[in-house]
Amino acid sequence: MSELKLPIYLDYSATTPVDPRVATAMMECLTNEGNFGNPASRSHEFGWKAEQAVEQARANVADLINADPKEIIWTSGATESDNLAIKGAAHFYSKNGKHIITLKTEHKAVLDTCRQLEREGFEVTYLEPEANGLVDLEKLKAAIREDTVLISIMHVNNEIGVVQDIKAIGQLARENKIIFHVDAAQSAGKVEVDVKDMNVDLMSFSAHKIYGPKGIGALYVCRKPRVRIEAQMHGGGHERGMRSGTLPTHQIVGMGEAFRIAKQEMASENERIRMLRDRLLEGLKDIEEVYINGDIDHRVPHNLNMSFNFVEGESLIMALKDIAISSGSACTSASLEPSYVLRALGRDDELAHSSLRFSIGRFTTEKDVDHAVDVIRKAVTKLRDLSPLWDMYKEGVDLKSIEWAAH
Amino acid sequence: MAYGEKVLDHYENPRNVGTLNKESSNVGTGMVGAPACGDVMKLQIQVNDSGVIEDAKFKTYGCGSAIASSSLLTEWVKGKTLDEASLIKNSDIAEELALPPVKIHCSVLAEDAIRAAITDYQSKQSPAEKKSA
Repeated sequence: MSELKLPIYLDYSATTPVDPRVATAMMECLTNEGNFGNPASRSHEFGWKAEQAVEQARANVADLINADPKEIIWTSGATESDNLAIKGAAHFYSKNGKHIITLKTEHKAVLDTCRQLEREGFEVTYLEPEANGLVDLEKLKAAIREDTVLISIMHVNNEIGVVQDIKAIGQLARENKIIFHVDAAQSAGKVEVDVKDMNVDLMSFSAHKIYGPKGIGALYVCRKPRVRIEAQMHGGGHERGMRSGTLPTHQIVGMGEAFRIAKQEMASENERIRMLRDRLLEGLKDIEEVYINGDIDHRVPHNLNMSFNFVEGESLIMALKDIAISSGSACTSASLEPSYVLRALGRDDELAHSSLRFSIGRFTTEKDVDHAVDVIRKAVTKLRDLSPLWDMYKEGVDLKSIEWAAH
Repeated sequence: MAYGEKVLDHYENPRNVGTLNKESSNVGTGMVGAPACGDVMKLQIQVNDSGVIEDAKFKTYGCGSAIASSSLLTEWVKGKTLDEASLIKNSDIAEELALPPVKIHCSVLAEDAIRAAITDYQSKQSPAEKKSA
């Protein structure tokens, strides 16, 4: 039996540690003795060997998502992939129309890219998800216009882990001849991704969410039918002109190895992780006044997002100093605003302020989960003893009936 | 976000947590903030016949800095006259706890809380004045 090692990492949706197998593969591509060549060097063996490693990695990434290796473009991460896909497609197809549809709960890499396009004269519809976080297809259908050129909907939400019906959305987009982009940073290796079956045109990936290194990602660009994007990064014409810049062999090899392992181990790993997530949920769900955010069935196995009413999230995280979790997503936890994702679901600000995101991963153990349950229960009790709102709730005061002085 | 030592100390061992009888004529209650904004402070003071705060209790819903600000405040007001207590400034609290700029609003809330508690106590001493106000 392994000993409990503190602090416990339950923030795998923020990032994952690099798998030791991935690290080994990467280290072989760095030093003088290793495969350090420039994959673009055509005149000697160092370049050829590096190119070979890059192409093997490309095949591994393509293999996990049922794509052709030629459809994979290397980028610096999912944020760049989102930018390249959305700006690239919007600019290329702008002669056909200037309307884009996306979702209010998208990652900022999509939302802020859309905002930029609005400044350039595009019109963007930000769809509201249902209370469970899922897209209503009828509402999406109703938002489609003559001049809609692009739909961007994420596969798995980073905060609440809900899985959208990408296949149905893809079919709708294809029928209407609209380019369909999917941010799959949180879904690759967690749920089945089949770009052909799902009718996806553009899909963004990240390595560091699935035990690969940070600083590397990929964009799937469909070839049949042929999808065109305008390059955002200009230079040596790498990646068939879509993304210039010397290919970082070690990063790419790392991503390829991470995707290869994911393909091989995903099924058994997800089963184990789901069991741990259910154990966590089981340990917490009988606490009074807790709420699960997002649909519990249409959800990745490793995510749990809960609100602990009458306890403020930041103070709860402070009480759980042995446990690495986040309130909202990592990208927004420096701000004091409650999660925009939970607000988009129609959650009260109070509940949004009281939310925690747990994400379980490859190296999480049963002991970790049991310890987490134990300290969370203690912390919630302690903070409710401190909370005037809890007292009022217990006295039967309706908090909504009070005129609070907003500040 | 890393917290200062004093914030951590007050958060781990909050002083004077509890409730005084809000109906009592010698108790003043101040409740400030809003749940939607992520912090609500309840501060209660018990004042003796010579106008000195002889006890203070708090309950706070909010971040660690909000809890620490109200905990520190209860320590500071005890033994002070109402006039002395009303002179406590948010900047004193922020300085003592070394609050970062994004947490200054917690100390502002604490200052609001003591003022509200004093006002509540005073209104109980002269109910007529309250009505006309």
